[in-house]
Amino acid sequence: MSNQYIKQVVKKNYEYGFVTAIDTDTFAPGLSEEVVKEISKRKNEPEFMLEWRLRAYRHWITLKTPTWAHVNYPEIDYQNIIYYSAPKMKKDGPKDLSEVDPKLLETYKKLGIPLHEHAKLAGVAVDAVFDSVSVATTFKEKLAEAGVIFCSFSEAVQKHPDLIEKYLGTIVSYRDNFFAALNAAVFSDGSFVYIPKGVRCPMELSTYFRINAANTGQFERTLIVAEEGSYVSYLEGCTAPMRDENQLHAAVVELIAMDNAQIKYSTVQNWYPGDAQGRGGIYNFVTKRGACRGVNSKISWTQIETGSAITWKYPSVILQGDNSIGEFYSVALTNNMQQADTGTKMIHIGKNTRSTIISKGISAGKGQNTYRGLVRVLPTANNARNYTQCDSLLLGNKCGAHTFPYIEVKNPTAKVEHEACTSRIGEEQLFYCRQRGLREEDAVSMIVNGFCKQVFKELPMEFAVEAQKLLEVSLEGSVG
Amino acid sequence: MLDIQNLQASIQDEKQKTKEILRGINLQVRPGEVHAIMGPNGSGKSTLANVLAGKEDYQITNGNILFNKHDLLSLEPEQRAAEGLFLAFQYPVEIPGVNNMYFLRSALNSIRKHHQLPPLDAMDFLTLVKSKMKEVGMDEKFLSRSVNEGFSGGEKKRNEVLQMLMLEPKLAILDETDSGLDIDALQMVAKGVNSLRSKERSFIVVTHYQRLLDYIVPDVVHVMVKGQIIKSGGKELALELEKKGYGWLEDQESV
Repeated sequence: MSNQYIKQVVKKNYEYGFVTAIDTDTFAPGLSEEVVKEISKRKNEPEFMLEWRLRAYRHWITLKTPTWAHVNYPEIDYQNIIYYSAPKMKKDGPKDLSEVDPKLLETYKKLGIPLHEHAKLAGVAVDAVFDSVSVATTFKEKLAEAGVIFCSFSEAVQKHPDLIEKYLGTIVSYRDNFFAALNAAVFSDGSFVYIPKGVRCPMELSTYFRINAANTGQFERTLIVAEEGSYVSYLEGCTAPMRDENQLHAAVVELIAMDNAQIKYSTVQNWYPGDAQGRGGIYNFVTKRGACRGVNSKISWTQIETGSAITWKYPSVILQGDNSIGEFYSVALTNNMQQADTGTKMIHIGKNTRSTIISKGISAGKGQNTYRGLVRVLPTANNARNYTQCDSLLLGNKCGAHTFPYIEVKNPTAKVEHEACTSRIGEEQLFYCRQRGLREEDAVSMIVNGFCKQVFKELPMEFAVEAQKLLEVSLEGSVG
Repeated sequence: MLDIQNLQASIQDEKQKTKEILRGINLQVRPGEVHAIMGPNGSGKSTLANVLAGKEDYQITNGNILFNKHDLLSLEPEQRAAEGLFLAFQYPVEIPGVNNMYFLRSALNSIRKHHQLPPLDAMDFLTLVKSKMKEVGMDEKFLSRSVNEGFSGGEKKRNEVLQMLMLEPKLAILDETDSGLDIDALQMVAKGVNSLRSKERSFIVVTHYQRLLDYIVPDVVHVMVKGQIIKSGGKELALELEKKGYGWLEDQESV
């Protein structure tokens, strides 16, 4: 692309690349049964947790890294990663915000995440995860009044072991894949949400993940259970410091929706993407899956993926209950040397199940963007419907967009539609906007935002604005 | 208003071969005048329109353009627009997901900002745009659609005229705005142009057909052949062309 603005665009620095100097309790690099046991001990876990972790570890060592994704990176040395790092705390952990290390509060303030409950985003409860552990969860009391449980995973293991034992690994088994097994063995924290029968969660819940320590992997797990007739909207955000080495993030998210329950899960992923030469950045290898267990249940994934050196992620829905609905709305942006292989799986089991997939890939610089999706309709899924639309937008001529849709239909009454289109951000479109008096950068962001509109409108209001800004920043200086 | 001196421009084709398109254009447009530019396909009419608007595909190899005392060639396209130059495109592009009203309001306010005027608020804008839409015979539903997306050829042209009416340029260039229009749409375009005609405002109307000039009566008609204006005259020149075809002038040229 010849125009000047786009040439300059990606030189803007990653805003969240700072490091917090803080005392930590950190393991030596390396992974073994001993490390797994030590993590479990450190977290004072009940026996069933340790057993489960060890089973996962023993399974993991039999596995090989998957290579089917359309991404390239040097082999990861798993013995060279630190599996546990936590800010040092007083013995029992902070009871409330006044006991949280001020340096941590300062970090989250700099990131724009309110840990003080009177802060701007007062309608959002936040669980803040710093490296391997959760450092604070806000609005717990207010949520408890409604019967909602929202706490760190570690706390849930202590206070609600029955729920954890009942649901952990039921949607994403440790046998699911390489990274899911690794996560199960070494995960150190995350968020747990439980919405009781008939409750509409009174506020947005969110988890903010921050990688700080060097050379450390982040492995967290999120488990959300929505009982019959309940509703919850949950958001997650992520950032990390700028470093020249790659860092691994391998998370697992499990969602369970019972009869008539709804879960809306939104992600704004902004891990450090690496520099223009492709040095550094996060490897984001994540397994996310939800099960619509009950009739008329609904799970909706919305993701804005702008960060990470490599993204490998397929938030999926198992449509088990009759009339259940699965949705996947995604904007994935790859700039500079970033690579993304992302999409979804919709597994139709119940009758009259419906799924919608809207995927928008934006490639700039030398970015490689792949949509990979599976729509599977089992013989039981009478009248199942799927609509898939995946569009790619190319900025410049050194980037790539790829689409791999897999469709397997085993029921003759099913209807599956797929639309795909790839377009280049037109010189013509830009010129048209500029001829009408719009500045070039305004024109680019207008065109890109227009392209993503279908997805942005699915995000909660505050985050839609945030996502738009994020996209602008991520594109700045991007295309050569 | 506009003073073009010996303008020469070329373009590189796919084989990186330079092709000269404008070969020494001279043209003066005074405030209040309507100039028609006619000529056969490939004579460079659209190129001239695009070069005036600042399209980057062309190399200007020679010449000067003064526009309201500004050196036009040194201005970015958006600066030209802000200074009052408007191009009604021959093929208006579609911009999916960008709301037509939002686009128009952003454009208008961006130009107002350039002139240190406060932005028009949503209510005032809406009142204004609705009255202009009536003039060009556009349904209000087009406000909530995406820019030109799924518009028919005629609807796109109406949208161009609507933008022109809203932005009130000093110099409007209409690049074959009449092509592909039925007689009703043609009259609407003409009505739009005529309603804007004033002592301060000028128009350059690029067209193949004399038909449009029945409705927009030009002060001067130019005939462009092979990148040069080979004949200029009054409105009767257009009628003569209609009768004799361009061949008549091309033959003269070669003599």
